Amino acid sequence: MSKLNSLAISDSGFIFKPSTGESFTTNEMGLFIIQLLKENKSGEEIINAIMEDFEVDNVTAGRDLYEYLDFLKREQMMD
Amino acid sequence: MEKKKLTIAVTGLNNIDSPGPGVPVIRGIKKSGLDVHIVGLAYENLEPGIYMPGLVDKTYLMPFPSAGSEAFLERLEYIHEKEQLDIIIPNFDSELYLFIKYSDKLLKMGIHTFLPSIEQFEERHKDNLPEFAIKYNITVPESKALMNSNELSNLPKPLSYPYYIKGKFYEAFKVSNYNQALYYFNKLSAKWGFPVIVQQAIHGTEVNVIALGDGDGNTVAAVAMRKQYITDKGKAWGGITIKDERLLEITHHIIKETKWRGGMELEMIKTDDGEYYLIEINPRIPAWVYLAVGAGQNIPEMLCRLAMGEKVNPVADYDSGKMFIRYSWDLIGDIADFEKIIIFGEL
Repeated sequence: MSKLNSLAISDSGFIFKPSTGESFTTNEMGLFIIQLLKENKSGEEIINAIMEDFEVDNVTAGRDLYEYLDFLKREQMMD
Repeated sequence: MEKKKLTIAVTGLNNIDSPGPGVPVIRGIKKSGLDVHIVGLAYENLEPGIYMPGLVDKTYLMPFPSAGSEAFLERLEYIHEKEQLDIIIPNFDSELYLFIKYSDKLLKMGIHTFLPSIEQFEERHKDNLPEFAIKYNITVPESKALMNSNELSNLPKPLSYPYYIKGKFYEAFKVSNYNQALYYFNKLSAKWGFPVIVQQAIHGTEVNVIALGDGDGNTVAAVAMRKQYITDKGKAWGGITIKDERLLEITHHIIKETKWRGGMELEMIKTDDGEYYLIEINPRIPAWVYLAVGAGQNIPEMLCRLAMGEKVNPVADYDSGKMFIRYSWDLIGDIADFEKIIIFGEL
């Protein structure tokens, strides 16, 4: 199972990492990105989806995505 | 086994800020559905478990292990005559030696235990941990057993501050300079005797495993936990079950190689680089055992069944994300109960 799929994520934005017992909170954008990552969407597809759902431009969507990917990698929540 | 009422004696009723495992062990047994009569064995007359409503059916005071084997056996024979014990679950490190040493004698009396052998008990001692690590290919922090405080000023490399200074049986203090080390050396040697162990502090997250070995190398049960709230005595006041595959692998490896018999707790540090250092093996069920019960592995029940000679199938699964949070609670007791414990040594 991938690290991302092993996370327990609730709709409220609460993330539990079973391998370490750590917990995190995330916002609506984070939940949205995680969901699309779990569906194996590409970076471009995720950026387009963010632009559409959150009504932001391409630069903002890209920044939001890559900042969030940095967070997930830093906390070892994705491979 | 369900058909016979089992009389089970349990020690470690000191449910205090550094709690013994007796109370959660009894809770686990009672939750199992086994038909039981619980006998509490207490060393102090104010151990809370004696007075907790609905916990023990009867309590007897025991002589301290330091009183010697004669007093120990004499008292157990008296209690057995009264209660017809089927099983004893000792929960203190300091009493285990006597229970292991006399386990055959107890069995002849009809009292079952499920304990490690003397060899297993001895080789995992804090002062033997470096040899244990080499023998079983486990990573441990640098450590040294000291018999004299003079050795503190001449510790072998690479031991350096900060390090832990540990009592033979219990207690550990992190020290950052010689004066602190000397203070705790004297304190711990006076309380627990020699040796006093110096162990390099490892930076990381403390993770623990409770496990049960069947004596043939099989891990019957194992649950991993991360401490979430640690008291000034280093005890977990809150914890959460985790699914750490590497940690469980190490547990299975140790039990397989040592053929561990009985309950145990592995205390480990996981570093930020993902390395695991074994800092201690406790040769008994730890005080957070009820978390394992809540997560799906009733280790006290399984231990009772093994003690009675039943075959117990290993359980690997448990829920991650189960938490425990300790709390303190003021019981109101009656002086008459206290009087019975003081005067008659039983309640």
